[in-house]
Amino acid sequence: MKYEIVIGLETHVELSTNSKIFCSCGGHSSPIEPNDCVCPACAGMPGMLPVMNKRVVELAVQAGLLLNCEISKYTTFDKKSYYYPDLPAAYQTTQWFHPICKNGHVEVTTKDGTREIGIKQIHMEEDAGKLVHDEWTDTSMVDFNRTSVPLIEIVSHPDFRSADEVLTYLKNLKAMFRFAGISECEEGAMRCDVNISLRPEGTTELGVRTEMKNMSSLVSIERAIKYETARHMDALERNTEVLVQETRRWDDTKGRTFSMRNKETAADYRYFPDPNLMPIVIDDEWLGEIRDNLPASIEEKTAEYKDYGFGDKEIEMLISERGLCAILDAVVDGGISPKSAAAWILTECAGILRKNGELVGSLSIEPSKLVTIIKMVEEGKINRGGGKKVLAAVLEKDVDPVQFCKDNSLDAQADEGAVAAVVADVIKNNQNAVNDFLGGKQKAFQALFGGCMKELKGNGDPQVIRSLLEKELEKLK
Amino acid sequence: MKYYISEINKDGTIAVDDTILVKGVLCSAGSHIMDGFEPLFSAEAVERLEKAGYKLSGKTNVGEFGLDLMGEFSYYGAVSEGGKLAGAAAALVKKGEAKAALNVDLNGSPRRAAALGGVDFIKPTYGTVSRYGVIPAACSGEQIGVTAASAEAAAEVLGVIAGHDDKDGTSLPQASYEYKTDEGVKGKKIAVISELFDAASDEVKKTVEAYAEGLKAEGAEVKTISLEEAKAAQLAWTVLSAAESCNNFSRYDGVKFGYRTPDYKNIDDLYVNTRTEGLNFLTKATVLYGSNVLSKGRYFDCYDKALRIRRLVSEKMAEIFKEFDAVLVPACGEASYEEYDIKEAFEKTYKEALFTAIPSITGIPAMATGGVQLMAAAFGESTLLSVAAAMERRG
Ligand SMILES: [Zn+2]
Repeated sequence: MKYEIVIGLETHVELSTNSKIFCSCGGHSSPIEPNDCVCPACAGMPGMLPVMNKRVVELAVQAGLLLNCEISKYTTFDKKSYYYPDLPAAYQTTQWFHPICKNGHVEVTTKDGTREIGIKQIHMEEDAGKLVHDEWTDTSMVDFNRTSVPLIEIVSHPDFRSADEVLTYLKNLKAMFRFAGISECEEGAMRCDVNISLRPEGTTELGVRTEMKNMSSLVSIERAIKYETARHMDALERNTEVLVQETRRWDDTKGRTFSMRNKETAADYRYFPDPNLMPIVIDDEWLGEIRDNLPASIEEKTAEYKDYGFGDKEIEMLISERGLCAILDAVVDGGISPKSAAAWILTECAGILRKNGELVGSLSIEPSKLVTIIKMVEEGKINRGGGKKVLAAVLEKDVDPVQFCKDNSLDAQADEGAVAAVVADVIKNNQNAVNDFLGGKQKAFQALFGGCMKELKGNGDPQVIRSLLEKELEKLK
Repeated sequence: MKYYISEINKDGTIAVDDTILVKGVLCSAGSHIMDGFEPLFSAEAVERLEKAGYKLSGKTNVGEFGLDLMGEFSYYGAVSEGGKLAGAAAALVKKGEAKAALNVDLNGSPRRAAALGGVDFIKPTYGTVSRYGVIPAACSGEQIGVTAASAEAAAEVLGVIAGHDDKDGTSLPQASYEYKTDEGVKGKKIAVISELFDAASDEVKKTVEAYAEGLKAEGAEVKTISLEEAKAAQLAWTVLSAAESCNNFSRYDGVKFGYRTPDYKNIDDLYVNTRTEGLNFLTKATVLYGSNVLSKGRYFDCYDKALRIRRLVSEKMAEIFKEFDAVLVPACGEASYEEYDIKEAFEKTYKEALFTAIPSITGIPAMATGGVQLMAAAFGESTLLSVAAAMERRG
């Protein structure tokens, strides 16, 4: 019999906010010691009350818009109760009854074609802390830094039919959220619960389902899905075991899943509305504002850059980092042609960064400074070589480009004087080559030109050198 | 017999319930499980009092988490006056040892204590006094209120602590409130709810009747009405307050602060033994009841229904206040209470909730004064204080 794999995902994504979801503790990103980023509120102390971080709502709505969801006009928070040492108040604040986004969909394209994945809902919630086991003292310690960091959970319908689709979907989400500034999606900031079952092709009833929780590496997810598919297939085809609905743990080193049956009790989370958080009303005006603040999507940006005439390779590089797009867009807004802006960013800036062992994605420059440099070069105030020098100084020391040119005599005229002197020297010291040239050997010109370049140590503008050299040689004819 | 769990200033005049946090002063909430808990911050109401120049006298004894009738099941023992149960704060105010006291009203205990102790207690409209710094139990209805010897004194202190606070998401937007005590009684229309009146003992009925006669003599109109939903309000508030309390008390698990059992081998033992040893029978009963009404099969039949009743009772009360300025009812069923076995406590507090649940579940203001209870529409505190003041002047 042929079987069909049915997979549903619950994906947790850490939101990029400056503070936690219900208190003013800073976000998670700065590297700090355990329990540095904790206050009485996120430590679950009695007497503290949650105060909603508005930014979390806005980012969750933006995520919903990107996944074509309906945005709820009325959304509430609920308490989910369970005991665990990393959950300081013994409840997690989440959305159970009225999630913020519902009924979305997103397309995934794999080698098997394009299919639509339904999004059941997106809800906001707080993260839990972390338990650290100390082998030396055989004790468990709690780190509350991550407690109350804002998350969204994206619940898909069981619409995936292959590991490939799952990976494509997750990669798309990552790229989409990073590009929109919703989440940095750093290592571990995106975690998945994977539900998987098999059923005979052509049937609609769902088979016995197993769940693997809290998976963050794409490689592990792919391996785990393949392992589970094979295990289910064996059970169904060859009766190797009786499948039960359960949670299984993926062991990356052993390359297989293990039943967690013993640890799983029939959990009753006793959800109820949090009386300390007022319902949130998202009216049309606020929704409009949030929509307007949503940056262009990857597709929109790609289309825009295609219109600029950029090649696929250039577009791919730019799109990989929304910061690059922001710089490019600002430089274009500053009056530079898109092609020229892209060339300066992807060739000149990238070249300087590469020398320092950095990737172009990490580029950080005030766009107005880049505009000034490009204009000076294009208006002939400095030559391209000078422009590169200024750019390097701006990238390394954030200098003022105009002042730097003055201080280092990079303006074109001073440059021409220096070039003229070098040309005169080269002609004087290479009489053989000059004679060859005058005798009709064009190759000799290249030798003289190369000599000038060498003397100028690559600083001269090749155009200027060429024209001055031609002019001087003409005089000798 | 402990009136104060911790004393703060020898010359202080305001007592504060031990369910309200004062920075650096150990807070017990009347429970063993809070052993050694030293708050890192003060309640907003406390901050406001101190900023206005009031000095705190100390933290008053309360029943564990404020769940009982009036403090009889504190880990530190009950307070009694003349062989009868009394509230610690009400007794201190009555004796003139404190000018006023801040108390958390979640199940009517300070209202009951004031009515029986011969002083006033006002629970203002939900959301007017910040709950920041209140040991949480039934968050959707609990409010800090003021015990004082007179309506004027209660109005003065309430005026200091009321007003918007950003740190409490349910705090109402109005920055401050002005409470009047001079609106008088003449021409006011007062309703007596028969369901509450009929359920009280004869002695209590006599007190309510005498108060009603006084009101009439001052020119008020008093009329008996029926509120069919009174029993539903009592049950619904028990459901909601137990559920919320159960959830809020879960944080006392021996992991982070407070009491920890010496006897554990693993995390499950730590949880179970800490809570078994640290919580009293009434709290345990509340936790079990609350857990039950939130459980999978029961949520919609219990908790959700209670939320609907809350809305229904609010609508009914709003209708009553279209016609009447205030409601006059008993504050409790008996004229006095003696010590009793804790195993009866859950049933006993449930029974008493008939008299106190309506303001708790709907958020309207209520006042215990002259041995009775008055209620008014939301933001009707000045009506309550003025009626009480006029009756106190009458003597
Ligand atoms: Zn915090």
